Amino acid sequence: MQTITCECGHSNPYGTSLCQACGKPLENDVEVLSSMRYEGSARRSQTYKKTIVDHIWNFFSSVRVGVWLIVIILVAAAIGTIFPQETFIPPNVDPASHYESEYGTLGLIYYLLGFHNLYGSWWFIILLGMLGLSIIIASLDRGIPLYKALKTQRVTRHDQFMKNQRLFSVSKEVEIEEVKYTLESLRYKVREENGNLFAEKGRFSRWGAYVNHVGLIIFLTGGMLRFFPGMYVDDVLWVREGEKASIPGTKSDEGQYYLENNEFILEMYDKEEKKFNSALSSVDGEVAKNYQSNVTLYKTEPNHTIGEEPELIKVKDGEIRVNEPFKFDSFALYQTDFKLNEFNKMSFELEEKSTGKKFGKLTVDLHEPEKKYDLGNGYRVEIEEYFPNFILNEQKQPSTINNLPDNPAFVFSMYSPQTPKGEKAFVGIQKNIEAGENKFKMSFAGIETKDLTALTVRKDHTLWIIALGGIIFMIGVTQGLYWNYRRIWIKQNQEEVWAAAHTNKNWYGLKKDLEFLADKSNLMPLADKEVNSK
Amino acid sequence: MKKKRFWFRSALLAILVIAIGYTIYNSIYEDSGTYIKKGDKAPNFVLTDLNGNRVELEDYRGKGVFLNFWGTWCKPCEREMPYMQRQYETYKKQGVEILAVNVSETNVSVKNFADRYRLSFPIPMDKQREVTKAYGIGPIPTTILIDKNGKVVGRTSESLSEEKIISFMEKIKP
Repeated sequence: MQTITCECGHSNPYGTSLCQACGKPLENDVEVLSSMRYEGSARRSQTYKKTIVDHIWNFFSSVRVGVWLIVIILVAAAIGTIFPQETFIPPNVDPASHYESEYGTLGLIYYLLGFHNLYGSWWFIILLGMLGLSIIIASLDRGIPLYKALKTQRVTRHDQFMKNQRLFSVSKEVEIEEVKYTLESLRYKVREENGNLFAEKGRFSRWGAYVNHVGLIIFLTGGMLRFFPGMYVDDVLWVREGEKASIPGTKSDEGQYYLENNEFILEMYDKEEKKFNSALSSVDGEVAKNYQSNVTLYKTEPNHTIGEEPELIKVKDGEIRVNEPFKFDSFALYQTDFKLNEFNKMSFELEEKSTGKKFGKLTVDLHEPEKKYDLGNGYRVEIEEYFPNFILNEQKQPSTINNLPDNPAFVFSMYSPQTPKGEKAFVGIQKNIEAGENKFKMSFAGIETKDLTALTVRKDHTLWIIALGGIIFMIGVTQGLYWNYRRIWIKQNQEEVWAAAHTNKNWYGLKKDLEFLADKSNLMPLADKEVNSK
Repeated sequence: MKKKRFWFRSALLAILVIAIGYTIYNSIYEDSGTYIKKGDKAPNFVLTDLNGNRVELEDYRGKGVFLNFWGTWCKPCEREMPYMQRQYETYKKQGVEILAVNVSETNVSVKNFADRYRLSFPIPMDKQREVTKAYGIGPIPTTILIDKNGKVVGRTSESLSEEKIISFMEKIKP
């Protein structure tokens, strides 16, 4: 490897601008002060441009590239919040048509470009991966040379290095011992060499940025692990009252978990009650007090075949309230949403129109209607067509949007001894259309509803990694922001005593230290070049 | 030194590329936990069909199975049904079976639909969506092609033309 040997005898890696040991500018056009950020050390990427690997390395080493990656990720992440993500759209709808019907053309574009599943999309993961790469490479490229330079720095610095510092002064007849004592009282770590002094304080603050980056990498690793099998489950489960459903993500060799929804409870605050009266008087409408699902957990036998009527073994009962999840194994079920009064059963009566006489009642289960309902004495009703979520389609034909009974409609055939051939009628909510002049009609006789509860199924083995990354990140930020690296050099130059000082931030604090030092010794106050030049 | 640098950089880049690649692979295939894709073994299931018969996938081992997921309210599903029926009649003798799994609908609706299109292949009724979930079915129609060894050899979510169905049948013919 090529090296540059300084006149002080130290050999520096190729590309170094200030000698690691004495600080002498190694080329003529080097500006000392602006090179101080990384101690004039060689960013290694800038010096090797041989193989394709080096070129990739150099690309990711650039801070500018890193900043652009962050900008792109932020913009993309923001776009992902414009419309709901796929996880949050109602279940049982086809996302392709849902985004278009809900949000128009923009919604369609959103869907086609994959923004509906942005945070798990391959290109978003690649962006995050590239950011991770950029953080690692940029840190290695700057952190290691900086560490080496700070470790090798000598007490005695080159004249040119001293003269070019922002704070500098020349004094005569200075008691070095007194300077040393004062600096030590200011808690500087002071080294001495041939009557020259080097005082430093807070060097560890220079590692803040790198500690912070380590935290970020751990954080990103935690996020990445969420995609690994068995690490993370985040799913939604809808269960109707009185029904059982398999819990997504909980199938293992030991069987599949099922959950029964015994009851969904929604309680409101009582406005009449004295205790809440004044607080609630300013609120319009009801205020929810409790959302609760009473559930029972079951498990199947290990050899359960999908689809087969499961043989369930009860595991335990539980109550789920907001922020009070129901836990089993490494899973937790959280109360997330609900749907009140979903149509479940509809009742009708067969009625003779002329007399208003009724010939029996039938109750239709909207999730599984019978084909025929026999009302006795020769009266019966058949369901010809059933539209759970009725709509007139483009051809003006009755059809259904989907399989949810949100707007049920039927085509009934009504048979009686007087009308053995049957009469047809189309019956929906507030609709009754007859095919010709009918003697009989189906009159509405009530509806039964059921509540649904929605639970989030969550398993997360990555949370502690993400928390650890976050904590390390904050330690790094604190380290770099609340401390700074102050250095003061004192050099005896024949009759004169030169003093120079540098800090990576908070020049005000450094100047305070120097004023104190000038007070206590014969040292000339250090002049600030940046103030003078303005 | 140069060699060492090259290997260090290459190794670090390789590790990161592998990590990112594996994450993307998982995000695509393991995300739903159960997304059944080409090359997988088709998970066995048991359902009752429209006529009340028990249908178990494993019983079709030795035959090609054209496994279709559909709903009466889904237009693209409706379009491909007559083609499926016609090709079923041709390929049944050659050892290919169609199982048209209906996703959570009522017998009344499905019976009407099946009568209208004179469908004669079994229609397993997935009332609880257990099979639909287990196969990781998103949009319908989705067709999964299973060969005589019970291995998935194809999966598509497009509305199929008759030619396409014929080519699929040829592919899974034992």
